[in-house]
Amino acid sequence: MPASPTTLATLTTRFGPLPTSEFRGQPRVVVARDQLLGVMRALKDDLRFDLLVDVTCVDYLNYRDAANRFGLVYLLANTDTNERLTVRVYLNEPNLTVPTMYDVWKGADWLEREVFDMFGIVFEGHPDLRRILMPEEFTAFPLRKDYPLQGRGERHNFPVLTRSEA
Amino acid sequence: MAIEVPENVVVTKLDELASWCRKNSLWPMPFATACCGIELMATGASKHDLARFGAEVFRFSPRQCDLMIVAGRVVMKMLPVLQRIWQQMHEPKWCISMGACASTGGVFDTYSVVQGIDRFIPVDMYIPGCPPRPEQLIQSIIDLQDKIQREGTVEGKEFETASRQQTKRALVELPMYGRKSLVAH
Repeated sequence: MPASPTTLATLTTRFGPLPTSEFRGQPRVVVARDQLLGVMRALKDDLRFDLLVDVTCVDYLNYRDAANRFGLVYLLANTDTNERLTVRVYLNEPNLTVPTMYDVWKGADWLEREVFDMFGIVFEGHPDLRRILMPEEFTAFPLRKDYPLQGRGERHNFPVLTRSEA
Repeated sequence: MAIEVPENVVVTKLDELASWCRKNSLWPMPFATACCGIELMATGASKHDLARFGAEVFRFSPRQCDLMIVAGRVVMKMLPVLQRIWQQMHEPKWCISMGACASTGGVFDTYSVVQGIDRFIPVDMYIPGCPPRPEQLIQSIIDLQDKIQREGTVEGKEFETASRQQTKRALVELPMYGRKSLVAH
């Protein structure tokens, strides 16, 4: 279901002109970091995007024509009208913090923990920002493009049990 | 002059008697983490009928088992669990590495997947396949029974000699995957 024209119009009147694009009828909007929480609250409370489908991240390192390192992606849905909207925030090192969406959608809890685990994006105000997939003692962020596919040897950093000692 | 032995008495060696008892009463511990586990279940079910080889009693407690069947890939977070379960099993115990993933990591050559459980626990039998057919698993159990009968001793001396395998399971990456200095500490 494509976005109704009122959604983007409402955002533009409230927050000024935002860069938008469309892919196969699905609208996407790019938001600045300091506007993010306000935009998301407006989308949730006034435009009734009541479902946070996913939070994910893209690492644009070595990507052609990319101006920013990370693109944080929020996928929203309105379960009454089936309208969908993609919200993006671009982030660059060294400041990889964004406000948490936990207070807006409770479902952001584990989604943001996964993005933190894989990309190292810090969600300020998150109640429990721990690793969710990797072991706690893991130190790297494995889905960053500068992390080697086979890791840095963490997968073999375990004691060896032999017949005589087990 | 030969000593008369009654008809209902059989003479054998104690080691062979113990091994004969052990090999025909293997109690598998299913460590099934992936699709190999489905073949493992099929092997235990009526069609392939592992009971014919005395190994049908799958127990989910390591305290009651003596054969660990690792069926599937093992990731970094699972390996300490695997080692703990292996340590909880009673001697004498054996291990079958079932399928490509458990034996070598298979197609999952990534940062989180252990490239073969034999780097960290002792393995007696490897089964190729992705996943192996139940017949292959049955064949490996028959081979393991053979091995137990051939090498088994009452005191478990055969396990002490296996410490020679330690150098094989070295804590180094293969050269193609990067330098040793990159191993995290």
